[in-house]
Amino acid sequence: MLIPCPVCGLRDSGEFTTGGDASIVRPAFDDGDEAAWAAAVYDRSNPLGAHEEYWHHVHGCRHWLIVARDTQTHAVFGARLAGAWAGYQSGAPSDKPGPD
Amino acid sequence: MGDYSLWSVVKNGLTGNKSWKPAWRKAAPKPSYDVIIVGGGGHGLATAYYLAREHGITNVAVVERGLIGQGSVGRNTTIVRSNYLLPENSRFYEWSLKLWEGLSQELNYNVMFSQRGVLNLAHTPSQLDQYAQRGNAMRLGGIDAELLAREDIARLCPGIDLSPNARFPIEGGLFQPRAGTARHDAVAWGLAYAADRMGVDIIETCEVTGFIRDGSAITGVETSRGEIRAPKVGVAVAGMTSEVMRKAGVERLPIESHILQAFVSEPVKPLIDTVVTFGAGHMYVSQSDKGGLVFGGNLDYYNSYAQRGNLPIVQEVASELLAVFPNLGRLKLLRSWGGVMDMSMDGSPIITTGPLPGLFLNCGWCYGGFKATPGSGWCFAWTIAHDEPHARNAAFTLDRFHAGTVIDEKGAGAAPRLH
Repeated sequence: MLIPCPVCGLRDSGEFTTGGDASIVRPAFDDGDEAAWAAAVYDRSNPLGAHEEYWHHVHGCRHWLIVARDTQTHAVFGARLAGAWAGYQSGAPSDKPGPD
Repeated sequence: MGDYSLWSVVKNGLTGNKSWKPAWRKAAPKPSYDVIIVGGGGHGLATAYYLAREHGITNVAVVERGLIGQGSVGRNTTIVRSNYLLPENSRFYEWSLKLWEGLSQELNYNVMFSQRGVLNLAHTPSQLDQYAQRGNAMRLGGIDAELLAREDIARLCPGIDLSPNARFPIEGGLFQPRAGTARHDAVAWGLAYAADRMGVDIIETCEVTGFIRDGSAITGVETSRGEIRAPKVGVAVAGMTSEVMRKAGVERLPIESHILQAFVSEPVKPLIDTVVTFGAGHMYVSQSDKGGLVFGGNLDYYNSYAQRGNLPIVQEVASELLAVFPNLGRLKLLRSWGGVMDMSMDGSPIITTGPLPGLFLNCGWCYGGFKATPGSGWCFAWTIAHDEPHARNAAFTLDRFHAGTVIDEKGAGAAPRLH
């Protein structure tokens, strides 16, 4: 499986570690709704087919990516940077701050 | 007396083997049953078998999308054990192990259950301390466990590299003598045969496409072979749980589907007569009756329904095998394959009523589904027959995640790929 890292280019998946489902939205830290927290921590859609997930390019640029991938065919549709670097494209000028 | 005996072998042998009946009929779906089990894997078949045997409910359909034995029941590394720490788990898996001990006789089908023991290797003093704790917990629960020193391991399994120069030197190990392996295909065939002989309809190539509802209650299933109705529907579809439950309107569950690879080497002469697990990573190996070394390790870690994995984990597991058995360096890999694991959020299973009226759910088996086959079927059958869980599976609820009563054997937290 090859992952197109926006910084490093097309790299083998062995250079990455996975971080799981990227569609999970955590409640705000001061949100006291226990059910919402439990749902964010434990409940997963777990789709067969298209799935967005976090991958960490740990043996590369060390950026966290959001990779769109098919869980049935292992086809990788694309990857973008997560966190403070979201929207960054390799080679394009950027006014983004440093990594968080 | 069942179909299979010395007498029937002799009789059929002398008459040209023409009067054997198929192990199970190719049943066509009837319009309605008392219970429908979705999923003809080990757990679904065991559930149908125990419904018929323990509860007298024989008007049962097992609907299977593919063929019997094609899913994870025929893809696992065949290990059976009950060496757990937490009481909910050790009680359940020990019950399952006890059912294994009588299964071949009970089914009239040889599942080749071989109590060759499982040896967990410890590579640090602290890991050996942990194993002592687990072994003590097991013994307090009435389960056999022995803490082994290096010399004991040398006697038990001479091929293991016990030298101080090993990549991860071995300090000792925890041994469960009553654990072992079973022939996984025979388990599927034997359960299908025994359930069929008690009247259960095993309906293959019958994919569930939807659920029939009466208000909020589930009253049957829509399948590729027509509608089938029943007041009780049990779902035991392992890796496909999320997708099947979505058809019933349950969008989110504490389950992720992951890929687990397994491997078998070319056959060699007897070398490993127990099950050995590597403790400095994750690898388990045993030798099949044909002589092939059957081994596996960690998940590929990413969500997958593919029944096949990628190469990095092949390298990882092979290098772990060589760390324990350097003498296997020239052995050739014969085959590798993958199975889809229903990884739960705490590493423990779910056997429960609900989450909808008329529906029953059995899932979350992580790596441990095969050894649980009879225990899972027994408990799920009880739960379906009595509309409430037995004490043995009362802790394996679906709402434990929201209630804060998770059963996290490994202490890995809500990261299903790490269980």
